[in-house]
Amino acid sequence: MANKIDEVQVRRVARLSRLDLTEAEVEEFTDQLSAILDYVEKMNELDTEGIEPLAHCLPISNVFRDDCIVESLGTEKTLANAPQRDGEFFKVPKILDEGSGA
Amino acid sequence: MEQLSAKELRDGIAAGRISSLEATRAVFERIRRFEPTIGAYLSTCQDMALERAADVDGRIASGKTVGPLAGVPVAVKDNMCTTFGATTCASKILANFHAPYNATAVERLLAADAVIVGKANMDEFAMGSSTENSGLKQTVNPWDTTRVPGGSSGGSAAAVAARLCFAALGSDTGGSIRQPASFCGVVGLKPTYGRVSRYGLVAYGSSLDQIGPLARTVEDAALMMNIIAGHDPADSTSVDEATAPVCDYLQKLDEPIKPFRIGVVPQFAAGADEQVQKALSEAMEIYKKLGAEITEVEMRHLDYAIAAYYVIATAEASSNLARYDGVHYGHRTANPNDYVEVYSKSRAEAFGQEVKRRIMLGTYALSSGYYDAYYLKALKVRNLIRSDFSAAFEKCDCIMMPVAPTTAFKIGEKVNDPLQMYLSDIYTIAANLAGVPGISIPCGSDDRDLPIGLQIMTPTFAEDKLLRIARMYEKETDWHKKEPRLAND
Repeated sequence: MANKIDEVQVRRVARLSRLDLTEAEVEEFTDQLSAILDYVEKMNELDTEGIEPLAHCLPISNVFRDDCIVESLGTEKTLANAPQRDGEFFKVPKILDEGSGA
Repeated sequence: MEQLSAKELRDGIAAGRISSLEATRAVFERIRRFEPTIGAYLSTCQDMALERAADVDGRIASGKTVGPLAGVPVAVKDNMCTTFGATTCASKILANFHAPYNATAVERLLAADAVIVGKANMDEFAMGSSTENSGLKQTVNPWDTTRVPGGSSGGSAAAVAARLCFAALGSDTGGSIRQPASFCGVVGLKPTYGRVSRYGLVAYGSSLDQIGPLARTVEDAALMMNIIAGHDPADSTSVDEATAPVCDYLQKLDEPIKPFRIGVVPQFAAGADEQVQKALSEAMEIYKKLGAEITEVEMRHLDYAIAAYYVIATAEASSNLARYDGVHYGHRTANPNDYVEVYSKSRAEAFGQEVKRRIMLGTYALSSGYYDAYYLKALKVRNLIRSDFSAAFEKCDCIMMPVAPTTAFKIGEKVNDPLQMYLSDIYTIAANLAGVPGISIPCGSDDRDLPIGLQIMTPTFAEDKLLRIARMYEKETDWHKKEPRLAND
């Protein structure tokens, strides 16, 4: 039987997931995800016409609180686990190309 | 002393008969002897534990009041944030993460004067059924060290079973408390979704995750629930008192429920191994003697629970785990060429295979063109499964079925076949999809002397009833008293 998902799709999903997969992983995931999707399609045996989707089981919906200021973590605690920092900032590689303005 | 239940130990300490410091030292002595074999902990905090134990002893000696878990050594699964030690989720991506706050459940344990001894191993980000997906350590089953402890709360279950703590917290998204409890011969309770705050629990599948206790007895599970259950303003999905009041789960624990009806689903349960089925029917006989009536209920959508679960849980996971970006905390790749590689290489380097697989599956299910066919369909199937429970509970007080189709399997047996691993969750997943509470209690052993668990489920927020039903069985049998024989013992 043809695979449910091919390597092109696996690469596309990996890009959406921000995961740099190795060639071996692409191959492995193509087979494994196909097998899992095959199984999951068992759901199609059920007629769900008119059934509401159920995202969660809580007997509550929106929860509001008073809009008042409470203490937050603070800069030092927030930055304490940063892989790289620059003073009070998270440090990352340059995001904008030269001359792209902003 | 190590033979005592958490409640017995608590009572002894509170009465001044037992010293918490001695109990805590005894636990660390066992950890020194057995932990190298069992591998239940990712980290321990001996200095803090001994200090807290001495403090509890001191307060009791001077007649001060102490909390309901005063001086009792407990373990916490490593996906709950703690300001002490690391919080790793057994992932290389969080190997050096030090949380800036305590999870509410941890905060409540501390407020109850519990002595936390360490953080328990688990499948990476709670994704797995054997703890083999831990990126940091292997945990083995105390009953047979060539076998898995179950998962994902395998460290918590193994620690309780091997007496490396008196009780533990785990988390359950698709069976991650109940299945390892079953494999390790201890009690494991997944409360109703919303009963226990998830604040500070590292998110996997947010509409399914729930914290609960692993313990030696049903009574200990009730004691733990008294401490962790209840509304938390920091978690808007924790249910408030007006919607579902918390009760004292110990108060009526020893009062049997009479008369009551047990619902069973024979066709579904028939998928389990013969020895598991035999243990279950023996448990039913005990309940019959206690006055229960057994009635068959139809739950025809249960067969679709695994399919719906692995779409919903992975979809939620793919979104939740987007936060591991190599920017704010966690692993960052050494030499990224651009900012996209900060994300994609950091994640590729530090996530394990199962985590990658689930992120991929979830991303696919949510992606344009597939959303309706997979994600939306799964949510509709979830509704059908919940309706099955509502209809069944019209006819019975609780539902009983196996926890897992088999007893603990061999290490390595299923690691290369993710789908086979997923299928082992068949009996536990439905409770998470429907939000109902479920408990696993020891109810037998197979011919290798491996523990078998009985699963009991009740309607939402009926943990008091669930615990009382479980307690009725516990008082009639000795399965919960069986202990694994550890090497060097």
